[in-house]
Amino acid sequence: MTRTFYDEMHLPDGACRPHYQAFSRWLQGTPKDLLDQRRREADLLFHRAGITFTLYGDAQGTERLIPFDIIPRSIPASEWRMVERGCIQRVQALNLFLADLYHDQRIIKAGLIPAEQVLANEGYQLAMQGLDLHRDLYAHIAGVDLVRDGDGTYYVLEDNLRTPSGVSYMLEDRKMMMRLFPELFANQRIAPIDHYPNLLLDTLKTSSPLDNPTVVVLTPGRFNSAYFEHAFLAREMGVELVEGADLFVRDDKLFMRTTAGAKQVDVVYRRLDDAFLDPLAFNPDSMLGVPGLLSTYRSGNVVLANAIGTGVADDKSIYPYVGEMIRFYLAEEPILKNVPTWQCRKPSELSHVLANLKDLVVKETQGSGGYGMLVGPAASNAEIEAFRLRLIAKPDAYIAQPTLCLSTCPTFVENGIAPRHIDLRPFVLSGKETRIVPGGLTRVALREGSLVVNSSQGGGTKDTWVVED
Amino acid sequence: MLSRTASDLYWMSRYLERAENLARMLEVSYSLSLMPQDGRRDGLDELAMPLLITGTLEEYQQRHGALHAERILHFFALDAQNPASIYSCLGAARSNAHAVRGRITADMWENINATWLEIRSIAEQGLGRYGISRFCEWVKERSHLFRGATFGTIVRGEAYRFIRLGTFLERADNTLRLLDARYELLGEDVDDLDGRPAHSYYQWSALLRALSSFEAFAEVYRGSPGARKVSELLLLRREVPRSLSACMDELYQMLDGLPGDSGRPAQRLAAELNARLRYTHIDEVLEEGLHAWLTDFIEQIHLLGGVIHTSYLEVA
Repeated sequence: MTRTFYDEMHLPDGACRPHYQAFSRWLQGTPKDLLDQRRREADLLFHRAGITFTLYGDAQGTERLIPFDIIPRSIPASEWRMVERGCIQRVQALNLFLADLYHDQRIIKAGLIPAEQVLANEGYQLAMQGLDLHRDLYAHIAGVDLVRDGDGTYYVLEDNLRTPSGVSYMLEDRKMMMRLFPELFANQRIAPIDHYPNLLLDTLKTSSPLDNPTVVVLTPGRFNSAYFEHAFLAREMGVELVEGADLFVRDDKLFMRTTAGAKQVDVVYRRLDDAFLDPLAFNPDSMLGVPGLLSTYRSGNVVLANAIGTGVADDKSIYPYVGEMIRFYLAEEPILKNVPTWQCRKPSELSHVLANLKDLVVKETQGSGGYGMLVGPAASNAEIEAFRLRLIAKPDAYIAQPTLCLSTCPTFVENGIAPRHIDLRPFVLSGKETRIVPGGLTRVALREGSLVVNSSQGGGTKDTWVVED
Repeated sequence: MLSRTASDLYWMSRYLERAENLARMLEVSYSLSLMPQDGRRDGLDELAMPLLITGTLEEYQQRHGALHAERILHFFALDAQNPASIYSCLGAARSNAHAVRGRITADMWENINATWLEIRSIAEQGLGRYGISRFCEWVKERSHLFRGATFGTIVRGEAYRFIRLGTFLERADNTLRLLDARYELLGEDVDDLDGRPAHSYYQWSALLRALSSFEAFAEVYRGSPGARKVSELLLLRREVPRSLSACMDELYQMLDGLPGDSGRPAQRLAAELNARLRYTHIDEVLEEGLHAWLTDFIEQIHLLGGVIHTSYLEVA
């Protein structure tokens, strides 16, 4: 089976696409040794700045660099406008879905989504039922993962509505490119993204009914894989970076311990999963959260961003219904397509999946970070058989999708420049309005032929340009 | 500011200052150990001095047995298993900085992170290949750089104050301990006839050099250093930046400027100690007995550290 990949930079006949021409000329005109030197410089700068992540399962807790590639991923502005509208539409529908789900459940009553799909879902939080949130917002910060198929069509691979990460790399990659190659930015109009922390703070502030709420970023701590990002965002927004132990609840209000005594907190941008937020309400073993936080939250004395219970909407088993949500709540046609998805919980679809494991990608409905998935075409027979057993044992926990021909972008590899597969994660902010900075995080699978872009699985990142065409 | 943040900032600078002080100790002992030792020993006593001062001699002996130059140096400088080694102190400082990297400037963070990355590569090479004097110089230089980056880039707010508190509390303690150790070794100045004055000259000069106060001594007193003058310089001379008095003055000012009422016990103790030092004469110190006086002040500094903790760093 031959597969054709969409090359972001080149047309099928090898010519350069218009929006990459300025870059391509620059690349050809820049001596190789200069590029090599700049690449080493980038590594050194990232290392010195400690822009690292921690790999789970690595007993030494080694801090690693996420490989950075100096060839940007470029999107023409006209194309971006479609992606932008599509992402905003999607996140608006998902927020409406969550508000509906935790109140009247009209969409279930209309028979569009089976009740057991949502109510029996691990991400569904009974504690949220009937709770009114300011502006009806649940997912204040969302990351929409997009890929492009062989003909260049954009598909949504998944929605991330819990604690999507990666935005710090988006910002640091841009900073690095501007530092290494300022001439590129002088020569063409590349949409700026540096104002993201500003938009984020504005989003967090408007999530509270108060005029000037005290905002904090809640991190699980410095051993979390995304700690760098938590600290980065807190610093950029100029707010406190707190851990669970810095907070406490008194009289149903949330306070932080400061050198001048207790100070009330109004908005928590939490980078901690639901289960760890409050040991009294959720996982009793969690040392990361704040006892009593849920009760405070339910009293309306603190805003959590994102809200508790958003996981039910980005679950891979709910994903197939997002198109329906858009039609139901917005009365619009989805701008961005879904990847066709087989739900293994349905016996007929399960048998199709089991018969075609070699060609499919099978994912856990609750999984993230590229852990616990099967990429059929890249797996050995033994891996496939092992996965088959897990699938049969617990079909509810899996969905399957065709192996997409992810688009490629030229990338520096050991012996020169070669195409590597990429995806795109724009970050959507929902406050008074729904906004997005142009571009997003482009992740690249550095291993030849690999389709897994997650940093935990050896992926790298690229700066993402939206270029005026 | 969050109490935990304040605590991390405070300990970050304490550990860094400690690493610098350890390097200073090591440098002096190493250079003294190379001097002719009156035909007595091989300089091992001198090399063991830093272990004695830091209270790690016992642990060294448990792990390595007899004194052995190379092992002592490694244990003291680069041993990751020894929590009091320079390596461990820099690691702890970096780890504290990591926890508050949102509250320190990029210049500060990159500086302390680079230090950490570099000492790890030095540890891989081993001290012998890197060179002991060069290593001590390097540690001091990194500490100077960090202090410079801090001074030059951070907002003069609470964060700055807690960083300075950590530095000067650690430094005050170090100056007291170094002086105490040398004094114990040399005792009162005696005009011995068998070449002891030369010996004592080198010892006192080494102490002054360790505290970067040799030039200050020459400028203020001229002549050869002895217990009285050295003590006066290192304890009571406010214009000497590593003197107890200079440290105490800084501690007092930093605490005095912190907002809120919660720190009153710490502020009061710092003010009392500062006033006491300011009006103390060196004769009174010597009358009480230098060792007793130093021991008492070490205890006071320890108490001050304790109230800083209860007042600011672990507020409930």
